[in-house]
Amino acid sequence: MSESKGLLKSHIVKKYWMAATGLFLCLFLVGHLAGNLQLFMTSYEGQLQFNEYAVFMTTNPAVKILSYLTYFSILFHAVDGVVITLNNRKARPEQYAYSKPGKNSMWSSRNMGILGTIIFVYIVVHMQNFWYEYKFGETPYMLSDNGAPLLMDGSEVKGGEIQNGAVYLNGDQVGDAMRDLYTVVQSSFQEPLLVAFYVLGMIAIAFHLVHGFQSGFQSLGLRNPKYSPLIMKAGYAFAIIVPLLFAIIPIYMLIVA
Amino acid sequence: MSTAKGMKLTLKVWRQKNAESKGNLETYELEDVSPDSSFLEMLDILNDGLIQKGETPVEFDHDCREGICGSCSLYINGEPHGPGRRITTCQLHMRSFNDGDTIYVEPWRAKAFPVIKDLVVDRSAFDRIQHAGGYISVNTSGNTQDANAIPVEKENADQAFDAATCIGCGACVAACKNASASLFVSAKISQYALLPQGQVEAKDRVQNMVKQAQEEGFGPCSNTGACEIECPKGISLENIARMNREYLAASLAK
Ligand code: HEM
Ligand code: SF4
Ligand code: FES
Repeated sequence: MSESKGLLKSHIVKKYWMAATGLFLCLFLVGHLAGNLQLFMTSYEGQLQFNEYAVFMTTNPAVKILSYLTYFSILFHAVDGVVITLNNRKARPEQYAYSKPGKNSMWSSRNMGILGTIIFVYIVVHMQNFWYEYKFGETPYMLSDNGAPLLMDGSEVKGGEIQNGAVYLNGDQVGDAMRDLYTVVQSSFQEPLLVAFYVLGMIAIAFHLVHGFQSGFQSLGLRNPKYSPLIMKAGYAFAIIVPLLFAIIPIYMLIVA
Repeated sequence: MSTAKGMKLTLKVWRQKNAESKGNLETYELEDVSPDSSFLEMLDILNDGLIQKGETPVEFDHDCREGICGSCSLYINGEPHGPGRRITTCQLHMRSFNDGDTIYVEPWRAKAFPVIKDLVVDRSAFDRIQHAGGYISVNTSGNTQDANAIPVEKENADQAFDAATCIGCGACVAACKNASASLFVSAKISQYALLPQGQVEAKDRVQNMVKQAQEEGFGPCSNTGACEIECPKGISLENIARMNREYLAASLAK
């Protein structure tokens, strides 16, 4: 018999972790979306602003802490999710010959594991597309409107040259060059298949959150007759609006930019 | 007597000799079933026919036949207690079906509810959960205090009473995709947690009952809400939230 108390073994405690990480990831989505919405500004200023934002996001110490918390949450949530899904299955070794689960529950409530797996694959591809490209790939560099290199802090180096990511002026290294993530994003989304993949990822997140948002509150015991209908409605709104706004960006990039 | 025309039905019933044997769905045809008969009466009619033919009747649990004992645990046409809401199998009538229907009848399916024979499962896991903490310890040696001497807020009394209407039928487990007993366990916890008499043992109660449920093999709660919809007594998900809160508080305390 398994020891079912303790910080990790108990079903309920596993769900506290699931809910805490899941709801934290909802907060992360809001922040991430706010950053991404800058991509709608297709002017030079928009491009510059987005690339300055990318520098901020990769160098600011507070953001660093938040980003490690986010990596941890995604990994913990995914591993915990797989363990929970396996435990879920173990409790009914013999299935019904004839069952109508749709009579008493939503499809997304019953398929969080599948939806989560799709989201996980999406996250891996997404990280490869942009995070890896930005950090380790051959990213183009941001130039000023006169075509001069820009440093990470946004200052222009007139007559400077870029070599291996660094800006040189008259042979002296003056700093690191600002990378042009905006152009990476924009050119990636000229590929309709990638746009379709991103839209699919967002649909998976939408269905995941239709159940997940309110479920997270319930797992933590945050429910009462006064607030629960509100949480329910907020959850549906969140699950539709946030992924929708995310999904519009690649479509916009494909069609407009 | 009703003058309604009798129904013709095809039944697919789970037959299983004993806990060890494999079991399978058997098909039976019934003619002229009154729409006014209850589901269990329909099974009685089936069994009468089987006995007359010298076959072994279908074993199924039943006792009160009025929705209070919780023993009539049948998974009918893909749902616990069949298509009705807020009813047990004994409160389900054949008028809920149509002439010519095929009806599947299966036992509850859960690791913690092993099949004993045919449609009968062993639900003693619920008793063991109850024994793990579903009680209050009071001295009853002749000097018992009148329960009404302790004032209880009306709203709490009502909610405790609602939780206490759980009849331990197991439909929540049967409906849940994870065969989770959370609705049952949380109802049994809530009926004490909401009352002053339940406070003394509250922390041990929630920890021990939750632990017992997991060790019996019931699954985790995914908050699908299937239990609440299928529960014949309308036990609310509110109770599961309360259990989650109580367990968190108890775990942080010790
Ligand atoms: C943006 C990413 C994600 C967000 C915002 C998110 C959010 C949530 C939330 C709020 C819940 C409800 C927690 C609860 O029921 O207490 C949840 C449940 C769940 N998540 Fe995620 N999730 C994300 C990614 C993933 C990934 C990558 C997986 C991976 C495998 C996953 C698997 C699951 C599973 C299996 C459940 C349900 C567990 C259960 O109750 O049976 N999620 N998620
Ligand atoms: S909570 Fe409802 S479905 Fe579950 S055992 Fe009690 S009465 Fe039956
Ligand atoms: S036989 Fe008692 S509740 Fe159905």
